[in-house]
Amino acid sequence: MSTEKTLTLAIMDAPYESAASTTALRLVDAALRAGHHVNVFAYEGAVALTMRAQKAHANPVKGTSLEEEHHPTTKDWVSALFRLAAERGVKLDWVNCGLCVDERGAGEWVDGPRRGGPKDFFEMAERSTATFVIPTR
Amino acid sequence: MTHFVFVESRDPYESADCHTLQELAAGLAARGHRVTFFLVQNAVLPARAGSRFSSQLTGLASHGVQVMADDFALRERAIAECARGVSAASFDDLTRLIMEPDTRALWH
Repeated sequence: MSTEKTLTLAIMDAPYESAASTTALRLVDAALRAGHHVNVFAYEGAVALTMRAQKAHANPVKGTSLEEEHHPTTKDWVSALFRLAAERGVKLDWVNCGLCVDERGAGEWVDGPRRGGPKDFFEMAERSTATFVIPTR
Repeated sequence: MTHFVFVESRDPYESADCHTLQELAAGLAARGHRVTFFLVQNAVLPARAGSRFSSQLTGLASHGVQVMADDFALRERAIAECARGVSAASFDDLTRLIMEPDTRALWH
């Protein structure tokens, strides 16, 4: 059941580099579970969060296999968030900055995200109950 | 009055401007606003009871600011006991706070 409130996040960190990525995805999860719509504007390196070609890996340093390592990927987390939104009857609108995608050759995504630009973020923020800009350092 | 929710992701061991944000929070509380200071990521490090900077957070709470620390980040860093004035909280709590009416949320 939707509360008809919306949270918007702008994120910029590339995956596997900063705790901010995990924090942002946790916040999206909490908001969706609470019945809020969520907008995500992925800018700069954050457009790589949704890249379909991400692969889990073993860890030779620890000597763990692929199965033992159970390595999480951000593209799987994002896919799970889209499934959660559908289950809860709320909308997750994930926009990847098109120019950032083109610069990085990062155009192959999991299902769900769409291409856009900073104008989308402005419009998202205008319509939202709360907006966070989570910057890189 | 407005409710200000500051999400602090930086820690004072690495970022000198943490204290500036705390001053802003205390100043808003002094003007009668409701203020919440929510610590995430490494910003929970000074919330450890007895840490060098824990007194700053205790001081912030004494100015009427509600100081909360992400329980997930606390567990990751094996922080079992928070400094006086700091309470553990979840992202469900944070979500509830930022979606309340008349609230302004800021990420640092």
